Amino acid sequence: MKVVVGQGSCGIATGARKTSDEFERIVSGRKLEGVAIDKTGCIGTCYLEPIVDVYSDNGALEARYVKCTTDKVERIVEEHLIGGVPVEEYKIQEQDEAFLSRQQRIVLRNCGKINPERIEEYLAADGYVAARKAVTSMTRDEVIEEIRISGLRGRGGAGFPTWFKWNAIKSSPGSEKYMVCNADEGDPGAFMDHSVLEGDPHSVLEGMLIGGYAAGASQGIIYCRAEYPLAIARLEIAMEQARERGYLGKNLFGTDFSFDIRIKAGAGAFVCGEETALIASLEGERGMPRLKPPFPAAKGYWKLPTNINNVETYANVAWIIRNGGQAFADRGADQSKGSKVFALAGKIKKGGLVEVPMGMTLREVIYDIGGGIKNDRSFKAVQMGGPSGGCIPAELIDTPVTYEDINKTGAIVGSGGMIVMDEDTCMVDMARFFLDFTRKESCGKCNYCRIGTKRMLEILERITRGEGKDGDIELLEELADKIRDGAMCGLGQTAPNPVLTTLRYFRNEYEDHIYNHTCTAKSCKALIHYEISEEDCRGCTACARQCPVGAISGERKKAHHIDPSVCVKCGRCEEACKFDAVKRV
Amino acid sequence: MSHKCGCQSGDAADLTALAPVLEKYAAVKGSLITILQQTQDIYGYISLDAINYIAERTGIMPAKIYGVATFYAQFRLQPVGKYLIMLCKGTACHVNGADMIEEAVCEHLGIHDGETTPDGLFTLNNVACLGCCSLAPVMMVKTTDGEETFGSLTKSSVRKILDDYKAKSAQEG
Repeated sequence: MKVVVGQGSCGIATGARKTSDEFERIVSGRKLEGVAIDKTGCIGTCYLEPIVDVYSDNGALEARYVKCTTDKVERIVEEHLIGGVPVEEYKIQEQDEAFLSRQQRIVLRNCGKINPERIEEYLAADGYVAARKAVTSMTRDEVIEEIRISGLRGRGGAGFPTWFKWNAIKSSPGSEKYMVCNADEGDPGAFMDHSVLEGDPHSVLEGMLIGGYAAGASQGIIYCRAEYPLAIARLEIAMEQARERGYLGKNLFGTDFSFDIRIKAGAGAFVCGEETALIASLEGERGMPRLKPPFPAAKGYWKLPTNINNVETYANVAWIIRNGGQAFADRGADQSKGSKVFALAGKIKKGGLVEVPMGMTLREVIYDIGGGIKNDRSFKAVQMGGPSGGCIPAELIDTPVTYEDINKTGAIVGSGGMIVMDEDTCMVDMARFFLDFTRKESCGKCNYCRIGTKRMLEILERITRGEGKDGDIELLEELADKIRDGAMCGLGQTAPNPVLTTLRYFRNEYEDHIYNHTCTAKSCKALIHYEISEEDCRGCTACARQCPVGAISGERKKAHHIDPSVCVKCGRCEEACKFDAVKRV
Repeated sequence: MSHKCGCQSGDAADLTALAPVLEKYAAVKGSLITILQQTQDIYGYISLDAINYIAERTGIMPAKIYGVATFYAQFRLQPVGKYLIMLCKGTACHVNGADMIEEAVCEHLGIHDGETTPDGLFTLNNVACLGCCSLAPVMMVKTTDGEETFGSLTKSSVRKILDDYKAKSAQEG
């Protein structure tokens, strides 16, 4: 019997290691024979972590236990591992299984199934079969042709056809070429690459190897966020094992093709998602973009031909080579083939990682898979594409998720962050949040981006403080236009998107802030005040005891009152009230 | 010619631990970021003395090293407290009230983003995203022996977590 504890970052944050230790402790204490405790990566249902799977000796899944904290372990050992009867009440519920059954997994095919630290398990799941096939029985052009047929487009955000890039680097003269994997997941609110690297590192290595073969490159570099220590550790283990087994190194599969990979830890800069900035950073410099052309395929790392793809793009490659490009193209929509991983988060009931065929509507992703909005509030918008993307409003919820359809809304598919918002989210504040981010992350090279984002942020800050002026909206629009035209790289060109989309769909909220001095979502502190509803207040005094400035008065068992001239709007009373009597007005 | 930076930070720090790092990387082109990362791993931050020493050994101008060190979010030029609070300000955390959590931390410890408490116990660093978006709002507390992540924070739970660390530190003496 095998007990597998999901240990991605989410799982560990909810105590998966403690759960695993508890299993070890009890199992070894009882001297149970034939029970192995193992680990795996993230299965995607982050909201149910820690997750424990129990497999029988023939590899069949007997039970999946969710929210499996240490206190549940003893009973599982007792009743299931010893008694042979799964503990029904700890098992995953039927409606949660829908979260997984509606998905089609290519990139995440092994995540949450195999132990990422053991190459044997990856090999048992047809690992490195595609690499062998490509290197030993396909020409470089045939590999590229297969990728072209698949219709695979860059999953990092831009959606550029992968085969085109591979063909470009292949055609570049020179014998020293580089395959780079961008694992510097910078969009705040996206964690797909994170989970793939932690859950199935070999799939990325294999994709790079196949790409390296097609491009004629013998060296690969993974540029990984330093904030992902677990991902780096698992990649290193995977690379070591691949070298031992002859899947990385010299003369692979008995041919004259050699390929090896190393990791370079990034140091935290969003702009390094831009190819030329990433290359500067790889060279140990400040990560500042430069003008293109020359494109990296001609002159990249140390001025040598370089190809850069994102983690998720590489993770698709082995599957495509194994199953054929057409099998991939059969999934998805017209111009957007295959499936895409999204990180579903925000005000969503079931947050986590989902991989769905492209063309599925936002409604299906948010409601059928994600279970709808937390606390059954109403859906207001979904943010896609992070700081370069935009907010898609509720009325467009039936938009299919394809590169083209999402672009039409003003947002972008981006790397796959999907942040769901409810009626309590202020859209002006969201725009301010993203501008604050891009302003900090602007490398400072172009004036429009460096100064323009700062000016836009100042205006948005003023509006959310209730000091908006007539003409602010027009000024924002003018600045947005100028920045988009005047910036050199993608960071600057797309920086105004969060403002433009919120202006397009939620202009009334801007106007409310500026002209009526109210925050529609009742979120901007300067524009709200707190009141206690006489009807709902039971006089329990909980709020008065929490108030740091003594602004709340009232007798016990009678309605309380907040003195607005004293109140500092800290919100502690609202948090303390068990009867929802404290209202934002 | 010496490129030493004039604005010395006071007492000369012990840089012997850094020597092996430079032994390995000084001659490898493009490894400045790696050197800085390892320096920070050893000392917890990058001191001006360390910058001067790296300059001396690699031949890179101190101004350029400083430029790289200040460009990236990961590098710190000031020492940090015993417990480094990395408060996630990613989009999911923002939507789920990270600002309120920050307020609670600041209020409770009397420091702002980037500052360290006078007793040297806590440093608060706002970070862009920790990649645990489904558990938002999230923070990570880093110590020399590892890190611990806390999810689904509320104002009161975050105050309790901080108090627990204070108590733990007092116990350790």
